[in-house]
Amino acid sequence: MNNPNFDLLMFARGPLFDIALLVFVAGVLIRIVEILVLGRKKDFSKAKGNPVQQGIKTIFTRTLPRPGAIKANPITIVGGYVFHIGFFIAFLLFVPHIALIEELTGLSWPGVGRVIIESATVLAVIAGLALIYTRWRDPVRRKLTTWVDYLVLILSLLPLITGYVAVNKLFGDPTFMMALHILSVDVLMIVFPFTKLMHAFTFAMARYYNGSIQGRKGAES
Amino acid sequence: MSSSPLLPKMMKAHGVSRRSFLKYCASLTSLMALPPAMVPRVAHALETAPRPSVIWLSFQECTGCTEAITRSSAPSLEELIFDSISLDYHHTLQAASGDAAEHAREAAMKEHHGKYLVIVDGSIPMDEPGFSAIAGISNLDMLKETAEGAAAIVSVGTCAAYGGLPQANPNPTGAVAVSDIITDKPIINVPGCPPIPMVMTAVLAHYLTFGIPDLDELGRPKAFFAESIHDRCYRRPFYDKGLFAESFDDEGARAGWCLYKLGCKGPTTKSVCATVKWNDGTSFPIEAGHGCLGCTEPDFWDNGGFYKPLSAPAGDYRRVGQAAIVAGVAAGAGGAYLARKNKAEALANHETVDAFTLEKEEKES
Repeated sequence: MNNPNFDLLMFARGPLFDIALLVFVAGVLIRIVEILVLGRKKDFSKAKGNPVQQGIKTIFTRTLPRPGAIKANPITIVGGYVFHIGFFIAFLLFVPHIALIEELTGLSWPGVGRVIIESATVLAVIAGLALIYTRWRDPVRRKLTTWVDYLVLILSLLPLITGYVAVNKLFGDPTFMMALHILSVDVLMIVFPFTKLMHAFTFAMARYYNGSIQGRKGAES
Repeated sequence: MSSSPLLPKMMKAHGVSRRSFLKYCASLTSLMALPPAMVPRVAHALETAPRPSVIWLSFQECTGCTEAITRSSAPSLEELIFDSISLDYHHTLQAASGDAAEHAREAAMKEHHGKYLVIVDGSIPMDEPGFSAIAGISNLDMLKETAEGAAAIVSVGTCAAYGGLPQANPNPTGAVAVSDIITDKPIINVPGCPPIPMVMTAVLAHYLTFGIPDLDELGRPKAFFAESIHDRCYRRPFYDKGLFAESFDDEGARAGWCLYKLGCKGPTTKSVCATVKWNDGTSFPIEAGHGCLGCTEPDFWDNGGFYKPLSAPAGDYRRVGQAAIVAGVAAGAGGAYLARKNKAEALANHETVDAFTLEKEEKES
């Protein structure tokens, strides 16, 4: 006799995770290495500023919104912050996740309690839903949005929702919900390299390039 | 069966007072998740229930289940419950052996046909009958033969309930659970490696008093297997606070912090270990400082390692990861090289055109 819920959990933790890891690691490396090897066209003009310094600075300064941006798009900016911070608190400070990272990389750090994790999770989910709503509500942004964008948003929220349901045993068999949680992460890892989720890695490169181009011209970025 | 002594007589013989009997009934009632109003009914049912004949079959097992139930605790009210059944065949406990023992089994089967209870511990090998046989009878034959006239079957221990350790990968004997063979009889699974003695006796008491208990989808009585160990664990507050032992002898472990990172399977394991406990309510594995192995769940030997956290990947992901790094870097560099080559070729093959040539071409056509 088998426990189908546990079998699903073992599938999500076992073979499917291996496939997801393969696609994720290979996919992300293909894209990053390709971008780096392609490089940029050599600029023969004489540098008027320090491109490297300006490039590195821009990686950090672009983390803050432009003046007036919050006023223009409050939900997008605030929701974006809340989603990202909440997601990373839930992902990086929940001890079962740290145990996973420790198993994979050997790196470990102290976690926080459930009150913080669950508050962050709930806020991140609310922010994510608000981002989907505003994107859908605004006619311009709706035109610019493809179905992949919605898919990515939903796939990013699913691990948060299924994890919350599994830990709090809100509904369904907890083992089944835990299996769904890991399955949702596997799926997220598989689509990661082929979608805009790649921004998690490429944002630094894009910002550096932008900053260094301006830096070379002697401009602030 | 009618000639067998009823419980009050047995109690007297064991020097058990009515007060302690009723106390036992009360704890049994709460253990079976029945309302307190049922205590008198439980007491009455136990007092008046005739002793059913029980045939205990031991197949591919380690005798741990028998050890657990016989050494439950003293003074043994559980033992008393056991005395209130007529254990007609149990080749570990009975004095007779060989043919004489088998005759006892056959006699009990004949006399109580359709009414006796079969308890099985151990899995059944399907590859070769010779892997496990008793008095020359293969486990499969003995189970089929004995189950035929049984009122119900109780699969005691994870081996009988789900295949257990003998079924662990690569399952050299082709071990299967009782429910894989017998499909036309009610089967109560009491998994555990071994099951909690109190749970085994309470399930028998439930069978004696109210018949087959409510079972979950894995055939386990819901009264004992409805909640996870994690939910009832005394270390749960540390999990909620984010305090976890990193090794078996660090400060956290000594302070009783959660054992999740050391591989505890409490969150996915359903049992009453954390509340009923073992050795007369003394302790349970997590209290003794070791994570739960998940022994009441099917395939617990093959579920990704006892010391791996539940959230950690279960497969051979390291080799996959290394292959992915090599393949990713190579494919990325290869892709970029091809793109550069294409660009260079396009540049080299680029034909320039001016307005004069275009005009000329147009005139010609």
